[in-house]
Amino acid sequence: MNEAVKGPLAIGDTSEGMSYLDTLPRRFVTVYVPLAIFIIVLLFPFYWMGVTTFKPNDELYNYSEHNPFWINSPTLDNIRKLLFETDYPQWLLNTMTIAVCATFLSIFASVLAAYAITRLRFRGAQIVGLLIFLAYLVPPSILFIPLATLVYGLGIYDTNWALILTYPTFLIPFCTWLLMGYFKSIPYELEECALIDGATRIQVLWKITLPLALPGLISAGIFAFTLSWNEFIYALAFISSTEQKTVPVGVLTELVEGDVYHWGSLMAGALLGTLPVAILYSFFVEHYVASLTGAVKE
Amino acid sequence: MTADKISRPEQPPFGAMAELLNHRAVLSVLFMLPAAAILLLFLTYPLGLGIWMGFTDARVGRPGIFIGLENYVSLFDDDVFWLAVFNTLVYTIVATVAKFGLGMWLALLLNHSLPFKAFIRAIVLLPYIVPTVLSAIAFWWIYDPQFSIISWSLHRLGLIDTYIDFLGTPWNARWSVIIANVWRGIPFVAICLLAGLQTISPSLYEAAALDGATQWQRFRYVTVPLLMPILAVVLTFSVLFTFTDFQLIYAITRGGPLNSTHLMATLAFQRAIPGGDLGQGAAISTAMVPFLIAATLFSYYGLQRRQWQQGGADE
Repeated sequence: MNEAVKGPLAIGDTSEGMSYLDTLPRRFVTVYVPLAIFIIVLLFPFYWMGVTTFKPNDELYNYSEHNPFWINSPTLDNIRKLLFETDYPQWLLNTMTIAVCATFLSIFASVLAAYAITRLRFRGAQIVGLLIFLAYLVPPSILFIPLATLVYGLGIYDTNWALILTYPTFLIPFCTWLLMGYFKSIPYELEECALIDGATRIQVLWKITLPLALPGLISAGIFAFTLSWNEFIYALAFISSTEQKTVPVGVLTELVEGDVYHWGSLMAGALLGTLPVAILYSFFVEHYVASLTGAVKE
Repeated sequence: MTADKISRPEQPPFGAMAELLNHRAVLSVLFMLPAAAILLLFLTYPLGLGIWMGFTDARVGRPGIFIGLENYVSLFDDDVFWLAVFNTLVYTIVATVAKFGLGMWLALLLNHSLPFKAFIRAIVLLPYIVPTVLSAIAFWWIYDPQFSIISWSLHRLGLIDTYIDFLGTPWNARWSVIIANVWRGIPFVAICLLAGLQTISPSLYEAAALDGATQWQRFRYVTVPLLMPILAVVLTFSVLFTFTDFQLIYAITRGGPLNSTHLMATLAFQRAIPGGDLGQGAAISTAMVPFLIAATLFSYYGLQRRQWQQGGADE
């Protein structure tokens, strides 16, 4: 199924379909104009975030003299304030640490689980596979209250560990499900050959299956990283001290002081928090699309 | 290359140990252990604990005692709870319909042969990739009562006289958060449906056109049935995540004004964590479970349907 997603070229010369029947003006009205509107609406909030970040305060709150859609005298003041007068760098570091650790932990557990389910095919493997899919459907919103008491009981409340250990609850089901699809697409004969040549199961996994499933590993890894980076409700419920917060929680709870909103800094915080995933995304677009559609289609 | 590296495994000194590690059952248990341990401890156990807590009067720092259905009885007489249920249903239904209508439209647009198609597809998915809370803050700023860019633009165009109070009145606030949710959800729906559309052979449309089918008929009788299996799954995911949404509401309105945008998830949070009443929060969370089960069953039958529908054509 993933092949179709990766290569629209796979359909080759038939991909034009019946488009030769459309005239240019007709195409313009039915395709290009609606598409342009979609793109403008979908991208506008990012543009607005960027514009607000680099605006000085007098332009920000004075629409009568300045056109709000443009910046007359750009400033880095909002970013400077964010980086040097708040705990923002610390939040970035926390988020990065948590996302990286949770991702590696989840990938490690998921690779082993997916291999066991698809290749070792122990008794009940199918049911375990189904249970893992069901675990993916359990939303964090119904888990965070009991998890909060559990995290508190384990003594990891308000530490990075609280999030590193709880994020895998949604990452492992997702990654396992995705990797199962990838493992199934690898011909079993390759592994049989290695087994007949005397390789152990662990060697087979390490030297045959994993290198072949590398695209799947990358997809699962970057998607897991993104999900951890974006996570909010656990980080809000399990972390209380300012210097332990993650970027999404920090921006929302610490940068809003009473009724005075410093929109410049808030938008700068949102923009900077968005950049890491946006950059990662720009390098691995195909992998994102593969993991998104792969998880849905399997 | 790989073969000669492993063709002559050295006899390990502890033959029995190696034998054990190669035994399928032993290995299966070892391999399942990390995932199972984490999921059982941090997912299955809390799930059960949450249902149990709904029957107790647990508060922060104090394990509760069993009080039977008391939490549920008090919720039954709680107007705010019923308002949250109403909001959640409105939010889920309206946002899902809009997301699927617009997402389907966008997918059909992207399925045309376009210049820079890969690039366009990449930027379309952007709203889904970035942290929800951070884009929600951008919406919060866009909805600002005094400095809203939408109000300013409409005012300049002469379409409105006074600035719109996006988040100040109940229905305005509801529409505002629904629009923000739809904005974030369209890319997911569109990209998933696009993947499905690309598997439909263009010759089917040609055959239908030769038989005299109109454009609507081709969509209704070719595209929709072939897309149904993936549509059902995407729909389930979308409904599930919209129904249990938390971040967007928490970032933009925190449930206000007058609780008019409280969803069940935000109400559960508010009662449990800042309010300290863990038992009642857990009861509200548990009340979401029946709906989630219904959505999952829907997904299951969606998948079932796929088998006869696509027959041997599916790889």
